[in-house]
Formats: sequence, structure tokens, C-alpha cells
Amino acid sequence: MTRSDFTVGRWALLSMTIAMLAGCDGGPAGDAAVDPYASTYQALPAEPMLIENVTILTGTGERIDEGAIAIRDGRITDVGSRVGKPRGAREIDATGMWITPGIIDVHSHLGVYPSPGVWAHSDGNEITSPVTAEVWAEHSIWPQDPGFATALAGGVTSMQILPGSANLIGGRSVTVKNVPSRTVAGMKFPGAPYGLKMACGENPKRVYGRDKKTAPGTRMGNVAGYRAAWISAQDYANKLEAASNGTGEAPTRDLKLETLAGVLRGEILVHNHCYRADEMAIMMDIAREFGYKVTSFHHAVEAYKIGDLLAEHGACASMWADWWGFKIEAYDGVRENIPLVHKAGACAIVHSDSSYGIQRLNQEAAKAMAAGNRVGIETSPEQAIAWITRNAATALGIDEQVGTLEEGKMADFVLWDRNPFSVYAKAMQVYIDGALVYDREDPARQPVSDFLIGTRAGNGGAQ
Amino acid sequence: MTARNFTVFPVLVACLFVTRVAIAETFAITNTTVHTLGQPGSLENATIVIKDGRISAVGKNVSVPGGAEVLDARGMVVTPGIFDPISYLGIVEISGVEESVDDALNNSYGPAFSVADAVNPRSTLIAINRIEGVTRAFVVPDAAEGGNVIVGQAAIIHLGGVDEYLIERQAGMIAFLGEAGSGIAGGSRAGAMLRLREALQDAKDFKANRDSFDAGQRRAYALSRLDLEAMQPVIEGKMPLIAYASRVSDIEALLSLADDAGIRLVIVGGAEAWMIADKIAAAEVPVIINPLANLPGSFESINARLENAASLHRAGVQIAFAIGDSHNARNLTQSAGVAVAYGLPWEAGLRAITVNPAKIFGQESNCCTIEVGKEADIVVWDGDPLEVTTFATQVFIRGVKMSMESRQTLLRDRYLELETELPPAYHLPE
Repeated sequence: MTRSDFTVGRWALLSMTIAMLAGCDGGPAGDAAVDPYASTYQALPAEPMLIENVTILTGTGERIDEGAIAIRDGRITDVGSRVGKPRGAREIDATGMWITPGIIDVHSHLGVYPSPGVWAHSDGNEITSPVTAEVWAEHSIWPQDPGFATALAGGVTSMQILPGSANLIGGRSVTVKNVPSRTVAGMKFPGAPYGLKMACGENPKRVYGRDKKTAPGTRMGNVAGYRAAWISAQDYANKLEAASNGTGEAPTRDLKLETLAGVLRGEILVHNHCYRADEMAIMMDIAREFGYKVTSFHHAVEAYKIGDLLAEHGACASMWADWWGFKIEAYDGVRENIPLVHKAGACAIVHSDSSYGIQRLNQEAAKAMAAGNRVGIETSPEQAIAWITRNAATALGIDEQVGTLEEGKMADFVLWDRNPFSVYAKAMQVYIDGALVYDREDPARQPVSDFLIGTRAGNGGAQ
Repeated sequence: MTARNFTVFPVLVACLFVTRVAIAETFAITNTTVHTLGQPGSLENATIVIKDGRISAVGKNVSVPGGAEVLDARGMVVTPGIFDPISYLGIVEISGVEESVDDALNNSYGPAFSVADAVNPRSTLIAINRIEGVTRAFVVPDAAEGGNVIVGQAAIIHLGGVDEYLIERQAGMIAFLGEAGSGIAGGSRAGAMLRLREALQDAKDFKANRDSFDAGQRRAYALSRLDLEAMQPVIEGKMPLIAYASRVSDIEALLSLADDAGIRLVIVGGAEAWMIADKIAAAEVPVIINPLANLPGSFESINARLENAASLHRAGVQIAFAIGDSHNARNLTQSAGVAVAYGLPWEAGLRAITVNPAKIFGQESNCCTIEVGKEADIVVWDGDPLEVTTFATQVFIRGVKMSMESRQTLLRDRYLELETELPPAYHLPE
């Protein structure tokens, strides 16, 4: 039973934690000549632009007052105090406005747990086995989720969509650009690496041990489960390598082990749902045992207790500004979690894990920034913006393309009506690859899901 | 501006154990901007005097009484305390730990279930939200599978300590209509309406035939004797029926029922209420909404939108805000800020989380504005209280100056510096 109109709070958390991923075997393993699941993303039509008289948070830690940014062919060609006008560029006087890089959410379930939140659409957790590395989130995503449009109105230009956290190893994530599309392939961020969702703690032991009376039933059972999976993956990776050297026979293709071997080769990035400090430490031990790295811990409510260990491992922590207390592993939440991780020199990220939170990541970053400043961790908007842009791009392996406003990068950016670290700030225009994808003042530039066609709130509620 | 710029006179140790008897103290908050939300309106360079738990003066030319502890709140903003109108404070510690959750019954008791008996004023959530300006809460029972459509009675608490924390034990009757009600009532929202009507009819019949009921000479009722007793203030129009409904048709059904039965109705949820704002205003029914709800999370909130608050206010509907997350009741200010960003006048946003809940629950004669004679629930903020970068720097509840410490601030302080010789467990709070 739910009260969906109140889903921002307690029920959303409960249904999120209750929320829940499968595989098959085929012919011999090897690289397919053609990737049948390749991105078919095509940038929307864009024109050359020069935006002037604007306050710019570049995402690199810099703030430029009365700055300008030039865009051509969907790329940033120049950013600074004085910028040359690209040939044929439309000039925009943005006096009083602010520009940031497009916001990137590293933790979304849009499309896999869409609105409306009915059973028939709930495709985020393959709760049939604790290790389901063979499933891919992109094969569950419903591109008509109305939540994509509302996230866009909040300035979100890219996001990682993950399987849920019921399983020890939940499957592959996918990084998408937040553009309206009939197909998932049309949203896939070109060239972005895949992620692997792993989960610690209460969820796997509850879903299997308690509810299904099958392993794992404890945290030590969880760890045995990860290690058994990595041992199989090592064996598979060794056989593949022997086959490529001509010193052995290729193993039968196995979707589950193919993904895990991808992690061991460093091609697939590990995104690990984990709350408690002591458990994160164990997960880094496991990573060392098998020679991979945890790219980011997610939720990481106790990251502030081990900021130094995270920095040493090179792991990011993707966190909420203030969620706590919905589970005992989230009981030690503090408002200063994000600034404390930042202060320890680790990569701090603000994530949402919510179709509501994703609409206001700027506000969540603002809350964390203010909480840090209050205890002497001096952080400015130009630094804190990185928590929802550059650092997020780093964790998704797309920082060469997006996450900062620098020459040569994709022109994914947001034009705000004021300082975005304010509850009153609104994204007025959102650009992806230089194309105007959302315009608050032009209903024709406000994507509407098929699902909402014919309803009075046909604008997705975003307007 | 940070909390440390605020001149605070030496704070004594935590007021956690202060009782009503011990509050014969006088405070003066001076040189401040105050939004009284009452007759004095909003004032600059004002002084507020708190004496014996109540506000004894507020204005620009108010003198500071001798012996008063003075807080120079220059550059600060003062408002009444935040009133969480749909809250689980005190009855839920950790949502996922059943043993620490007392908000719902999955048995046949309904209206008689009173959460007042379960409230824990020592819950960590109380101090965590108190230091951020939440001073009162309307604590509600929740729905459970196997329970009743009418889930029980809410209580009003203040967050100012462990004595006399209950302001009103029985303050409202909670019912679930729409999808949630359908789930309880057997598979149709009409079934939920049926159960509600049956309860109202039985309660009336019970009232008129109590003696024959006691003598075992009256027809069987769907509700137990205690439930029928608990429904009496509802049918007498003394206790509001607070009903969850979001779809326009569900709200309309409730308006009609309340009119027929002569009961006081409050709508909670109300995702689509904006579509019939004029009708709700005409019925003088208050609506408690989540101003952030803008997704079609279910088929009863297809038309949810961020302008819900602004539309209802414009039509003259009394609104209050609830966000369903008691651990973060402190974020009510942010939710009001978002409503303001989407068209609600600023002061109406502040009212929706302070004095409006007090009015809806019949508390306004005693609290929740900054007027002479009212109980002093007062928050000093270091900026615009609806802004996400603002914090409360001092909170008063019923005239008692509150400690600004919580389990979260203590945890934070333990881990502020990681490079220490001894394990953090040896960092004692100073």
C-alpha cells in the first residue's frame, strides 16, 4: 500500500528499499564485431551561440562574473571574461543569470522504476538470485517515464540509471543523456563506460535470507557471495586471455561472467550501494583482493567517518544532503557528510536516487555547502557545483566530454534565473550538445511523455 | 552569515530536562527582523520579549526588562516555530526497524487507536528537528494492511522537552480514502467510502441508543464500543476528520459526505486539489499538501503539479504543507520555498508551515504567531527561513531556550578531525 502523493518522504524510502534483477548462456565467448546495443544518440539541432553578461560556475572550481560562453557545432569553443563570437552566432544577453554545467545524477532509477509506480512498470530489481551481473538496466528502461522531463526542468542533462539494490551484484547500469527518445539506444551517452551495481548490507540479506530463506542471510554471507562471484570471474577472465594468446580454449560465453570480467579488466566501473563506514572498508578490501577499484560508493551515509580511507582508495562517495534514519544502517546520517568527505580530499558527489530529489540537486548541494560552512569547512558555490557536475562526470567516466564548462567539451549546460544555490532558483533553459532541450518560457520546448498526453498536466507537471 | 556571527549570551547546558516550572525566565531578542504572522505584521529593528513562557511584548519601541537575557539578533530573521501538520515524530525512530515503529495497527481497532500513548519525547528525531526550527507536530497514525479505513487519532506535541509534551491527546481522526483506502477496504475506493459512512452512521446510532447497546439490545455495529466512543467528537463536529485523498473525484466525494454528515473535514494529499480549488474554498475545507508532489506517481495523482499550492492559495483555500518524512521535518522550510518559487506569495509559504497548521487544528488562540500572550515558540534564523542555505541559530519552545545540540551534531563533532591518535570513540562531547 502506498500514498503516492506523499512519496517524497517515508513511503518513497520504504518502497525504494523494498524495491527489487537474470541471464542466459550462448555460444563461445568473444568480442562481437558489431555492438547490437550501441548508442544511436543523435544531438538535436543546434545553432552557434554567444551567451554574454552571465555569471559562470565552470565546474572546475572557478567563478567568472560578467562572463561569456561561445558554442559551435554542439561544443564549447570558449569560456571567459571576453570571448569571441562564433560566425553566425545568436547573441544572448543573460544579465542577472547564472550558467552551470549540465547537472549529472550518478544515481537514478528513472525508467526502471518509473511513474506511475505500479508493479507492471517496476523493472529495477531482478530479485531472483543474489548475483545477477547478466542483466542490463537499459533493457528495463521505459523512455516515456514522465520523470525524465521533470528532471530536465531541474537542469539534469545526464544520469546513470542503475539496477536496484536487492542483489549483491545487481547488473549493469547505463549512462544516458536526458533527451526525449522513442528508444533507450537513442538516449545512451555515446562512449560512456558501463557501470556495475553492487549492494552491501541490509537489502540483500533481507530480500534473500529473511524473505526467501536462502543465502545470503548475514553480512558475512554477503561477503562470501561477492568473493565467490569474483573467483568465477577471475577464472573466466584467465580463460579468455589464454584463448586470445592462443594458449587455451575460449570458454562458453557467459553473460554474467562477461560483465564481471569487464570490471576486472577496468572497463566497467563499480558503483557500490553501501551505508556503513565499516562495510565500505570491507568492500575496499575485497576490491584489493581481486584487483579492481570501487569507483563510487552510493548513499554512503557514514562516509564522513572514513573520508581518509576513501581518498586513499580513490573512491568517490555519492551521497544525499540529509536523508537518514529510514534504516538502521542510515541512522548515523549527519548534515555535514558531503563537506566532510570533500574536506578529507575524497571525491564528493550529491546524488538523488529519487525522481523527486533529481529535480532539485542544486538545492541539495546548497544545503550540504551551507552545513559545511557552518562548521568551518569553507565551501563556495564554484566549488560545491562540482559535487553535481565534474565529480559526477568523473565517477561515470565521462569527464573528458562533460561535467565542466571548458573549451572542447560537449555544450551541456543550464541557464539559471539566479544563483542556483537558492531554493528560488529555476533552470530557465537547458542545453544538451548545444541544443535547447528545455525552455521554461516556451511550451514547445518542454518534452511531454506519451503517458501524459491528454491530461490537464500535459506538461509533465514541470511547468 | 554563519551561526558563529550571532551574538549569543553564554548558553547553559542543554535544556533537555527543563520542566514547565523552571521557565520563569525572561528573554529579549533585539534588533531583529520579525515576521509575526499576527496583528503586528512584519517589523524591522524590532524587539521581542519572552516572559514566563509567553510573548510579553513585540514591537519597535519595546524596552528590555531588567534581568532579561538579551539576544542581539541583528541581521537575523525571527519567525514562529515550524509546525509539522502530518508527522510521525515520537512514534517512529527507524522506519525499517519494526520494533521502533508505533504508527499503525493491523488489527480491527480503528478510531479508538490513539498515538498519544506511544509518543516518545526522547526520540532522537525530536532534537534533530528541533534545532532546525520545528517546534510542534501533529502526530498521526498511519494505515496498515489488515487495519481499518479510519486508522485512529492524532495527537499534538511540542518538541520542547520531556515533560508535558502532549499538548492535545486527541486532536483529529485520520482516515484513508482513494487508493490507500481501497487497499484496506477490499479492493475499491467505493468500499473505503462505504466503511466511512458506516462508521459515521453507527456512531450516531450508538450515541442515541447507548443504553440499549449496553444492555445487548441493539443491532451489531461494524465498529467496537471503544471505536464508537472515539467517533463521537467527530460526529459532533468537535474533532476534525483528516482524510487522505488525491484524485479530484475522491476529494469531491469527501466534500459531499462532510456536507451531508455535518462533520469538520481536512483533506490530506490533495495532489489534484488545484483543479477544484474554488469548490474546496467554498466548502471552507483546509488542504494539507506536499508542495513538491509533481509526478504522476499513481493514477490518483496524474495531474499533480508544482503550482498546486499557489492555485489553492489564490482561490482562498487554507493550506498547510507536509512532506511525509519526519526524520527530515526540518525540510518543510525548503518545501515552502519551492512553493514560493512556483507562485505562492512568500508569507503564505511561511504561514503554511507555521500558523496555518495551528489554525487547522484549533491551536491558534494559544500559539504559532508572535503576538502578546501567545506561547513563545520562536526561531531565530541566520537568513530567509525558506532558503536552503539558512539555519536556525536559536530556538525557543514555550519560552524555553533550547539547546542547539542533537545526536547528529555530536556525531559530526566526533568525526570533524579524522587524524587523531586515539579512535574517535574516545572523543567525548565537550
